Amino acid sequence: MTETFYEVMRRQGISRRSFLKYCSLTAAALGLGPEFAGKIAHAMETKPRIPILWLHGLECTCCSESFIRSAHPLAKDVILSMISLDYDDTIMAAAGTQAEAIIEETIKKYDGNFILAVEGNAPLNQDGMSCIIAGKPFQEQLDHVAKHCKAIISWGSCASYGCVQAAHPNPTKAVPTHKAIKTNKPIIKVPGCPPIAEVMTAVITYILTFEKFPELDRQGRPKMFYSQRIHDKCYRRPHFDAGQFVEKFDDEGARRGYCLYKVGCKGPTTYNACSTIRWNEGTSFPIQAGHGCMAVLKMVSGIKAHGMPD
Amino acid sequence: MSVNSYESHSEPSVYVYEAPMRIWHWTNALAIVVLSITGYFIGSPMPSLSGEASDHYLMGYIRFIHFSAGYILGVAFVLRIYWFFVGNSVSREIFFHNILKRSYWSELWHEVKWYMFLVKEPKLYKGHNPLAILSMFWLFLLPVIFMIFSGFALYGEGTLPGSWANTLFSSWMIPLFGGNSFTLHTWHHVTMWIIIIFVMIHIYVAVREDIMSRQSIISSMISGWRNFKDDGKVEDIKDDDR
Repeated sequence: MTETFYEVMRRQGISRRSFLKYCSLTAAALGLGPEFAGKIAHAMETKPRIPILWLHGLECTCCSESFIRSAHPLAKDVILSMISLDYDDTIMAAAGTQAEAIIEETIKKYDGNFILAVEGNAPLNQDGMSCIIAGKPFQEQLDHVAKHCKAIISWGSCASYGCVQAAHPNPTKAVPTHKAIKTNKPIIKVPGCPPIAEVMTAVITYILTFEKFPELDRQGRPKMFYSQRIHDKCYRRPHFDAGQFVEKFDDEGARRGYCLYKVGCKGPTTYNACSTIRWNEGTSFPIQAGHGCMAVLKMVSGIKAHGMPD
Repeated sequence: MSVNSYESHSEPSVYVYEAPMRIWHWTNALAIVVLSITGYFIGSPMPSLSGEASDHYLMGYIRFIHFSAGYILGVAFVLRIYWFFVGNSVSREIFFHNILKRSYWSELWHEVKWYMFLVKEPKLYKGHNPLAILSMFWLFLLPVIFMIFSGFALYGEGTLPGSWANTLFSSWMIPLFGGNSFTLHTWHHVTMWIIIIFVMIHIYVAVREDIMSRQSIISSMISGWRNFKDDGKVEDIKDDDR
């Protein structure tokens, strides 16, 4: 039997005190009551780690970059160990044939019992030649792994909706995960470019603790993070209500931190937790840095699988 | 010699617009003006104010007025649906009209020629003429229904899932438009211009008909009575009731 999460954490030199702190912080991040800290701790102590195969299609690796910066107290060490990340071609030590062999090994050992995490998406045109992994089109690898997995996590806007590479005219016919695979597996979408690190780790923690997806909205996103607009929780909202806008970048309004609505911010139509959780231990997020983000535009427009404004 | 050199003549009148219809008309007129102006400034805000955020609440007031006027438009429409069932024939004609009748289309064509100054005499109607019914339905009624639905759907985004606006409207309107409220915002905006174009046509035609067709149009929406200024037989006036 594989090690439990707790055992892995202890092996990595994490004290029980830190472990319990992590459990209560996770419970708080997930919006659960304090009694759930104990449940999470219990799950961590008793449940074996679920293997995850993390595949990369057409993408920019920003999801991985965000993920490894999860500012959760123990994220960097713990989360990576916690999920038994069996395959992730970007950060794994193995390469080439050895790396690819792990996929088959995991499928054989944990058939129907592992999670497939997808970063990026699969191009379908030209027989999938626009994204080749280990000599084969990514679409084949994705479909093969999807057939054997328990559930799928679509990381980021690419895997969720299509994003930049699916923008019109979409020459490679890049499609999001749910359109690329032929099997019908439960999919949770965690959009964003990148998704917020703590959101990613919280989603994983929830799945491992409760062995099910958190409650999803009608687009398949976890409600706890995607039910409110960035605009509604934006710290620049008072300037919006006051009628104080940045008219163009670098004007007096921009220096005073006015609302970015008039320079193209799509916060009022974008559902995410950026303005509440933020990045890098809650340090900042694009709007705080003075500009709307690219993801805001993509999450708004990229919701149609192939859609992005030209 | 008589002081009045005009011969006496009769001016037949019919009662067309019942009070709730007139109230609905002017409520709509006011709400549409307010909604269009505030809506335009929500989409393209006025030049930025300076100073501290605590000194102003301009966008907040504009949005509040927009939402209030939207509620008024919506509630008035619901009451208008009630009047559809209890009002006279004119209260039904812009919602439902038999377009399968051949006479509808021949009269429609007559109206097109009338508006193009190609025929000399208008046909007289108690309520709307066939062309008016067509434009009222496609350029006013459907756009207004869409504006109420899309307006409350966008409003429901701010009131969050679980609120009545979100449950009744956002929950299906936004997925219908690709799950993307930005698309719905855009259509909400485009439909405003459709309604503004309708308002321009509507006012032009009302004034023109008041003069050209020798029947009261504008004052009818105030008094309720349609006054035919020339001698005319009441039997010539087309009325679905008869």
